[in-house]
Amino acid sequence: MATGQDIPPDMEPVYQYPESLTSRFTHYCPGCTHGVIHRLIAEVIDELGIRERTVGVAPVGCAVLAYDYFNLDFCEAAHGRAPAMATGIKRVSPDTVVFTYQGDGDLAAIGTAEIIHAANRGELITTIFVNNAIYGMTGGQMAPTTLPGQVTTSSPGGRDVRMAGWPIKMAELIGVLPGAAYVTRQAVLDVPGIRRAKQAIRLAFRVQLAGLGFSMVEILSTCNTNWGLSPLEALEWAKAHMVPYYPLGDTKVADAVRALMEQA
Amino acid sequence: MTAKGMVIIDENRCKGCGLCLAVCPVHILKLADGRFNTRGYRPVEITDPEACTGCAMCAIICPDVVFTVYRRRARRGQPAPPPTG
Ligand SMILES: Cc1ncc(C[n+]2csc(CCOP(=O)(O)OP(=O)(O)O)c2C)c(N)n1
Ligand code: SF4
Ligand code: SF4
Repeated sequence: MATGQDIPPDMEPVYQYPESLTSRFTHYCPGCTHGVIHRLIAEVIDELGIRERTVGVAPVGCAVLAYDYFNLDFCEAAHGRAPAMATGIKRVSPDTVVFTYQGDGDLAAIGTAEIIHAANRGELITTIFVNNAIYGMTGGQMAPTTLPGQVTTSSPGGRDVRMAGWPIKMAELIGVLPGAAYVTRQAVLDVPGIRRAKQAIRLAFRVQLAGLGFSMVEILSTCNTNWGLSPLEALEWAKAHMVPYYPLGDTKVADAVRALMEQA
Repeated sequence: MTAKGMVIIDENRCKGCGLCLAVCPVHILKLADGRFNTRGYRPVEITDPEACTGCAMCAIICPDVVFTVYRRRARRGQPAPPPTG
């Protein structure tokens, strides 16, 4: 943290280390946007003043150690089961603010049933869904979200949709469920997008605080290591290839959420 | 000391990914040459601290929370606007 440098008295802090993050050095690859998403969640929790009553549920995937990085109460769920665990925590302890943090392998493959039913039941939880179009942790295999033609270690000739089906659009799928109050897709691929993603995360938590229903923010993220690109090239690749297939924006804004948005 | 802004770099958190270099609007960030941090990465350095505007773009893109950013108060008693939000 801040070293012995002197801060002139008329300088005001405009960015400081969030209290909701521990000082641990993350194991994420250099330039991996999992780190950006962690930071945004922590900033939102700080700004909403809910750190002491928030419980996170970590996934299996590269974010498996998220509990070490957030300065919050945290649980670790079995692969894909974070929404089920979050449901239990929220139901027995309704005053807690509960969120899951899940990758696309976790949420859209092995955990598809859990997320769909949690959303459909309108559980008062928030899901942060990190879509990087690949299984990062296990070595870059094809995920349900892998793009048509995308080369991965398990689709060396590119994803063949006749064999493997089409990349699954979770924000659209969850958005049609009546229990889902707020569902949106954002991206952390440039500064304006990161700012918008933070606004969306804040709204998702506010939806939970207001008891309006299930909320989910899908976030297009990078895995430069398994995409075989530099961190900067990965941002550009995601903009060029992921954003056209996975359009950004809200897929569900319930009327009550719209009213909440107007309250600023 | 006329700089509009100031960054403090927690260099041992830096992984040398280079993302901040690409977004700094005044191009004053670079990776160290021939010098490594405790994790073995080339940490980010600031080349011209006087040119920093305190925009906090570097802090917004950095996945590893390396930067603390300060901005000079525009007028006495007037708080600087928040960077994100
Ligand atoms: C029950 C079970 N099946 C399979 C695995 C192997 N596994 C670990 S992480 C993972 C997928 C991770 O991908 P994703 O959720 O997209 O997260 P990322 O690593 O990309 O952030 C798989 C299949 C496991 N740990 N447990
Ligand atoms: S393997 Fe991919 S998702 Fe995992 S930490 Fe590295 S860049 Fe991030
Ligand atoms: S974005 Fe952060 S981790 Fe990457 S080079 Fe800049 S300071 Fe280092």
